[in-house]
Order: sequence, then structure tokens, then C-alpha cells
Amino acid sequence: MQTRKPTATVSKRAATLCAVIALGITGACTSPKPGEMVNDPYEKTNRKIHNMSKGLDTAVVRPVSMAYGKAVPNPVRIGVSNVADNLTLPSMVLNGILQGDGELVLNNSFRFVINSTYGLGGLLDPASKMGLTQMDTDFGETLHVWGAKEGAYLEVPLMGPSTTRDLTGKAVDAVINPVSVLTPLTYTAARRGLSVAEKLDDRYRYDETISSTLYESADSYSQTRLLYLQNRRFELGQSSGGSDDSSTLFDPYEDPYAE
Amino acid sequence: MLNNPLSRRAMLAGASALAFLPALPALALTEAGATKLINTVVAEINKVIDSGKSEAGMIKDFETIFIRYSDVPTIARYALGVAARDASAAQMKSFTTAFTGYIARKYGKRFREFIGGRLEVQSAKAVKSFFEVKTLAYLPGSAPFDVTFLVSDKSGKDLFFNMFIEGVNLLLTEREEIGAMLDKRGGKIDSLIADLQKAG
Repeated sequence: MQTRKPTATVSKRAATLCAVIALGITGACTSPKPGEMVNDPYEKTNRKIHNMSKGLDTAVVRPVSMAYGKAVPNPVRIGVSNVADNLTLPSMVLNGILQGDGELVLNNSFRFVINSTYGLGGLLDPASKMGLTQMDTDFGETLHVWGAKEGAYLEVPLMGPSTTRDLTGKAVDAVINPVSVLTPLTYTAARRGLSVAEKLDDRYRYDETISSTLYESADSYSQTRLLYLQNRRFELGQSSGGSDDSSTLFDPYEDPYAE
Repeated sequence: MLNNPLSRRAMLAGASALAFLPALPALALTEAGATKLINTVVAEINKVIDSGKSEAGMIKDFETIFIRYSDVPTIARYALGVAARDASAAQMKSFTTAFTGYIARKYGKRFREFIGGRLEVQSAKAVKSFFEVKTLAYLPGSAPFDVTFLVSDKSGKDLFFNMFIEGVNLLLTEREEIGAMLDKRGGKIDSLIADLQKAG
């Protein structure tokens, strides 16, 4: 990555992204065989993108995140991340409606109203203290609720791990987000800035976990893939984060050698 | 508290026999027993988080907790996967020791992220031959997240043998990682053991 010229990298990346999206759409019908955790038909391309992202993390994202984390006091960083989160709530309310999930709609609507007012424009999060904790959702989840399959595992430049369904979800979210639809375009740049700051803060806050996965794993690609898919399926309620659906696969007393 | 597990188990078994005799006659491990184990683990973990010790101190404490309350041989064997079947008893022994240190360093390091936080036991339920105990992790500045322990008595003692953090299965994740390490070393268990002693 360091040896390539930046312009070449950008166009190559754009080309790869297009290729991945194109492949992803045609590959949407593939799904893992029973007993298999991952569906990764584009592993070769994914690995290349993973290595590029890793190079980008080493050269830019991690150093900038560490500088941001050290230079800006924690309460300020939390405030910035709160504002960024607050601005994602209208989109989550919309997705809650699309999913027919009343709890998501009410929780996130109240969170938005309370935090935008009493929380000083989202800087603070009084809603959480009132029991209205964060309930994240996105169009990827809406697609899941509508019955779309997970699709193929994808590594996306600048975005990281995803799946066909989640990447489609991201693209749709970008278009239907009520905040971007209803506010002038100039605010979008500010919103992007806030969300970048939030990402930097996350990278700083979870540095131990992220860096050990990326730089200390024997195979950082397969670890990233496994962590992402397990966590995403848990979020979507496909696994209980326990043994429910995987008990047959993961009982070491019945299957001691993990065959 | 666990110094005398036999009498504690006998007591629990007696109590559960009275309450559940018709329903669960063969089950030695009870929901109460599993919950009690995880309550103890959680209390010990919270103590480490609050201790304000150095990273090395926290890693050492975590290793003690891991050895005392989890079924290390079963976890290690599962992580090594099929290769464990071809390993000699001596290799399994040194692999298990090296694996324990690796897990302690790898996860003990993360305790720093938990400073100011705590774990709370939520619920327990029977799944097949074991119990699933759900806990919530409260960390300053983030929404509470799910940490689930699986507890079994098949080793002869009530011990946890797997953990899920927000859906991420520790056994599965470590099996994949150990498998990748083994592949990188051409399937040679001895060089895996040597490197594991430094890894994590």
C-alpha cells in the first residue's frame, strides 16, 4: 500500500469497490452450508482489501485516533460522539417503522426528543439515565427482518467488514436518512465530520481489542471475519449470544476435537 | 467459598432433589449452582477491575481465575481441534499450560478497558447438559453489553467452559486463531507450543 501512488490507490480502490458490489449482488443467493459459519466466495479480493485497510490503519487511522484521544479530553470526545449518535436516531426511527418494531420506534423517538432538548442538542445522553438506552438499528437489519439472507462476507474499503446485505443496507441508509433529506447539504459535511470524530474515538477507546485483532492474530483476516459475523448475527437476534442455536456445534463435551 | 465443593454440591443436590425430584432427577448441576459459580467469577473479576493493579498484576489475577473456575483442559483441547487427537499426552500437557498463559495475557490485557465498570449476573437457564448464565457488562460511556458463560459439571466440578461477549464465542474464536497459528507452522505442535508461550 505504501509503495502505490495515492491516485492509483484511490482509483483502484473505487474499481475494487464497484467490483465487490457487483459481485455481491450476483452472489446474494449464495449462503453458507449447514454447519458452516461463513460464506466467503470472494475471499481472495476480501483479503486484498483487508490488507489495504490494515495498511491504512497503521499509517493513518490509528496514529490520528491516538492523537485525537490524547489531545481531546474524554468528556469532550464523549459529547462529540453523543451528538453524532443523536443525529442517527431519526434514521433508526424510520428503520423501526419499516421493520414494524414499535419498541425501536418509541425508544429512539423519545431518545431523540429528550437528548435534543434536555441533552443540549445531543451533547449529553439523559435518555439513557431514564432507562431509554441505545437501541441501534439500520437498513441492513430491516432487510433481515424482511427476510433477506446475509449474503456473502465482504471487506469494504474505508468501511471494513460487511456482508452483501449489510453493504446494501448502508447504501440505502445513506439515501433515505431523514436528517440528510430534511437538512441543507452543508450540514451533511458537518455530520460527516462528527461521525468521523466518533469513529476516531471508538478506534482510540477500543485500541487494545482492535489492535490485538489486527496486529497480533495469526490470521487477522479470518479473526476479523469471525468476530464481525458472530457479533452481527447476535445483534440481529439470529444467535442469542449463548448456546441456543449453536449448542449442537459447540458442545466440547460431545465434540471434544471440534470436528 | 469453593474450598469444599463436595459438601456444597451435596447440599445443592439435596436441595434441588427436594424441589425438582420429579422433573430433573439425574441433573447434578443446578441452575442455582451454575449461578453461584458465575456470581463468584463475576465477584472475582470485579475485584480485579477495582484493584488498580498494574497490567502484569491483572494478567496474573485473571490467570488464577481462569484456572480455578474454568475447565481449562477441555477449552484447550477444543481450541487445538483435530490436532489434539494426534498429540501425545506430554504435548497436550505443555500445550494446555502454554494456552493458559496465552489466554491470560490476551484477555487480561483487556481488563484495562473495564476499569470503572462491572459485571452483573442476570439469569440462568438449562441448555442440553449444561447451563447458560447471562451477565451484563456495564462500562462507563457505553451501553451495557451481554456476556454469557456456559457452565458444566462434566469435568467432575462446576466449571465454565465457554464465554460469549456480544455474541462472540470464545471457544470458536480461539479455535480459529490456534488453527491459523498451527497452519503457519506447518502443523507442528511443538513450535506452536513454543510460540504460544510468548503470544497474547
